[in-house]
Amino acid sequence: MRRRERDEDLEAEIATHLEYSMEEYLRQGMSVEEARRRALVELGGIEQAKELHRDSRGLPFLDTLFQDTRHGLRTLRRDAGLALFAVLVTGLGVGASSTVFNVVNALMLRPLPFDDPERLVWIANDLGEGMSAQTVQVSNLLEFRSQNQSFSDVAAYFAFYGVGDSKLTGTGEPERLTNVPVSENFFPLLGVKPVLGRQFSADECKWNGPRAVLLTHGFWVRRFASDGGIVGRPLTLNGNPVTVVGVLPASFDFGAVFAPGTHVDLFSPFPLTKETNRWGNTLGLVGRLKPGVGLGAAQAEAAVLGKHISDSDRNRNALRPALTMLHEHVSGSFRSTMVLLVCAVGMVMLIVCANLSNLLLARSATRQKEMAIRAALGAGRGRLIRQMLTESLMLATCGAALGLLMATAATRVLVRFDAISIPLLSQVRVDGPALGFALLIAVATGIAFGLMPALRVSSLSLHDTLKESSRGSTEGQSHGWIRRTLVVCEIAFACMLLAGAGLLIRSLTRVLHVNLGFEPQSAAAVRIDPNSGYSTQTRRNSYFDEALRRVRSTPGIHGAGLTDALPLGRNRSWGLAPKGRTFTRDNYPEAYVRIISDGYFQAMGIAMVEGRDFAPTDTPESEPVIIVNETLAKRMWPGESAVGKLMQTDRPERRVVGVVRDVRHLALEKDAGMEMYLPMRQTNDYSMVDLVVRGIHTPAGLAAAVRSALIPLDPTLPANEFRSIQGLVDKSVSPRRFLVVLLAGFAGFALILAALGIYGVISYSVNQRQQEIGIRMALGASAGDVQRSVLMQTIRLAAVGMALGLVASWVLGRLIRGLLYDVGASDPVAFGAMLVALGLVASLAGYLPARRASKLDPVVALRAE
Amino acid sequence: MKKKVDLLQGTLDVMVLQTLSVMGPLHGYGIARRIEQTSGDQVVLNQGTIYAALVRLQQRGWIAAAWGASENNRKAKFYSITRRGLKQLAAETDQWRKLADVMGRVLSVEPGGEQ
Repeated sequence: MRRRERDEDLEAEIATHLEYSMEEYLRQGMSVEEARRRALVELGGIEQAKELHRDSRGLPFLDTLFQDTRHGLRTLRRDAGLALFAVLVTGLGVGASSTVFNVVNALMLRPLPFDDPERLVWIANDLGEGMSAQTVQVSNLLEFRSQNQSFSDVAAYFAFYGVGDSKLTGTGEPERLTNVPVSENFFPLLGVKPVLGRQFSADECKWNGPRAVLLTHGFWVRRFASDGGIVGRPLTLNGNPVTVVGVLPASFDFGAVFAPGTHVDLFSPFPLTKETNRWGNTLGLVGRLKPGVGLGAAQAEAAVLGKHISDSDRNRNALRPALTMLHEHVSGSFRSTMVLLVCAVGMVMLIVCANLSNLLLARSATRQKEMAIRAALGAGRGRLIRQMLTESLMLATCGAALGLLMATAATRVLVRFDAISIPLLSQVRVDGPALGFALLIAVATGIAFGLMPALRVSSLSLHDTLKESSRGSTEGQSHGWIRRTLVVCEIAFACMLLAGAGLLIRSLTRVLHVNLGFEPQSAAAVRIDPNSGYSTQTRRNSYFDEALRRVRSTPGIHGAGLTDALPLGRNRSWGLAPKGRTFTRDNYPEAYVRIISDGYFQAMGIAMVEGRDFAPTDTPESEPVIIVNETLAKRMWPGESAVGKLMQTDRPERRVVGVVRDVRHLALEKDAGMEMYLPMRQTNDYSMVDLVVRGIHTPAGLAAAVRSALIPLDPTLPANEFRSIQGLVDKSVSPRRFLVVLLAGFAGFALILAALGIYGVISYSVNQRQQEIGIRMALGASAGDVQRSVLMQTIRLAAVGMALGLVASWVLGRLIRGLLYDVGASDPVAFGAMLVALGLVASLAGYLPARRASKLDPVVALRAE
Repeated sequence: MKKKVDLLQGTLDVMVLQTLSVMGPLHGYGIARRIEQTSGDQVVLNQGTIYAALVRLQQRGWIAAAWGASENNRKAKFYSITRRGLKQLAAETDQWRKLADVMGRVLSVEPGGEQ
């Protein structure tokens, strides 16, 4: 619009100018035509004036941009193959970068989805390994809360909640739900407000107070179809009526922050009273710092306070508070993984840019004539560079759009991946920052791979390129070193990615081959808590006996046993002491405890080293017995057999009747520590019961068989939750596996690009040297000689790249040592595999041009330009 | 080709500013005519370049333009110099004088000796 106005303006001005001019000439006595002609000559050409005018006007930038874009589209359409390849490769690179960015954003950059999250602090107990050593006792929490000066409030949740502990019966299908008990101030401290209903009341947080629950948003939508009338409705949980007092917002995801990979369905109030105090260390704490108080000051105060509280009452568990910022606690352990991913994806992008730069450089050779003509017509160097950059930016933007689509799809897949226990993974999404990042990457990439070709093309002098014989080996030479350097860089980066992936794959294999102490294949577990009808120990024992009998007699099942805690899940530890020995409170031995039935070891595939398994004869009336693991036996009774010895734990005396192999129950990478097993018939101290079966069916088949065996015994057996033991192991390894998959993908992509880069450079070189090859063949070189010389050229190129890459990979190995397991930082297998892979790929990439060179007809080659 | 235009652009700008500061508001034809006259017809202008120069000077804020009526009631676009333009003119004049001075001294040295 404004353009036309200005054009009209100018027309008017020029018209006036001509009028004046003509007037003067008319006054001088010329004829009208003569006057007009003179006036026009004097003005110097209207069109040129208009052109000059337009050139100086505002917004020339936009005009030339449109021009460049149109021209660029025409050029790219001519070379559609190249354009498609560039868009695809850029798309893959940007897709990978965007996905990694989204994950890093969710885990590291974005603040936690709570009110004022930078003041939230995770307060753990620092007494050792295992959940019992890292949680806090109720009385300690209450003392800490009242005496400290750094926190405006401290809230808690019951860390020993069981997944699937709450059985929902009544209307509809019976279902196992996960319930997390929380303190009254838990949601208010985090700033989470229910979308329906209200928070817990003080009454409900008393011991034996009215039972209330808050539903999570997901559970409410799934089970109650977002029914608005849910507030106030009673539900039956574990046989008891509870009232729904509210529904939490969809943005609140307990599992994402506190328990990665876990789905929580509802929350109940946890009373902080002397009754719950008796349970020992049970609480996970979150505190909100007062404004102006730093973490260091709070930690110093907490250390002093902890000692004071521990010393003031010897009957309580010790309190040694260890404070970390909540965000750090949640995702801090993943920092090195994230850094590695970012570096890896950065290398991928660099390889993409190097590759495309090479391609465009090769293409620029054919565009020199076009550029030379434009330069002759008056285009400045800046203009030419702008033209070429516009083209590369167009390619990059298209690629980025494609990449963004891929990243969106990938993000959607990741979010649904429950199987990966990485915190905050469910919060990964494509949002503003993601789009901004993609745009930034697109521009940076476009400039990065477009700049070199643009500079190269525009700097060539007019004369050389307009001459007919533009073959010149000198020109090939000057291009050559840049392209070769780019390919060498590509190879080096590909080396690093391959080495990194190789090391991590080796680590993963080592982790998976660790001796777990149990056999996860062909085993599965299902919850069979006795319902409230079985109120006494005797009745429960007979329920267990009956259940085991039924299941064991089902065809296809080799072993069955019960346990209250599966490996790689939650754990708890108790103190113990061999009879006759005393310890101080600070070095009291602790062991992980499991309540099991006979048959458990067989079902889990845990080997017995000495002594015997529990038997139906171990009843409440017979002698209290216990089975320990090898580590405990060695530590408490070094040099002797533990069988027959007496020890004190929940009872003053238990006799050791068996020793079993250590089980890696904390994590595959961690040692077992001391473990002990108590017979289910002789104790009450369990809150859930898992039935473990081993058989020839698949987990689904086992599930069906067990269900049919048990339904007559317990008609309210819920349908869900048959977990395969292998699944537990897989989930525990999932973050490691996730990283390996990603890195292997990047490495594969890098390898392909490096191969293409090598192919491009060698192919180009063969083209340039056609005359030389022709001469050599005419002078007697055979096809084989030519082929060999090209291959040698390839190998030399690859060797330089691999040498650089090897050094870089060695450094990389050192840097990621923290992520490796049982694998050296310069593991020869991984490095060897990398060298072999690259060598093979390079040879293959060079083979095709080599063949082409050897097939050249010398006569044709000699005449080639 | 480009270099010549560059040189002329700079000098033409100064000439236009000077003309406007002396003559007051003037239209494009008038400016071109005046420059030819005052340079004693030494400068043979491609008059079309005037309009490009006028736009440039406008963009930099050294002159302002307004449509108005000329002596014989013709509609024409009149240009006038702004305060910033006056400052620029003063600076450029100073620079030209210095340049002329230096060049004069350097070029007046006789071959083979001092002045």
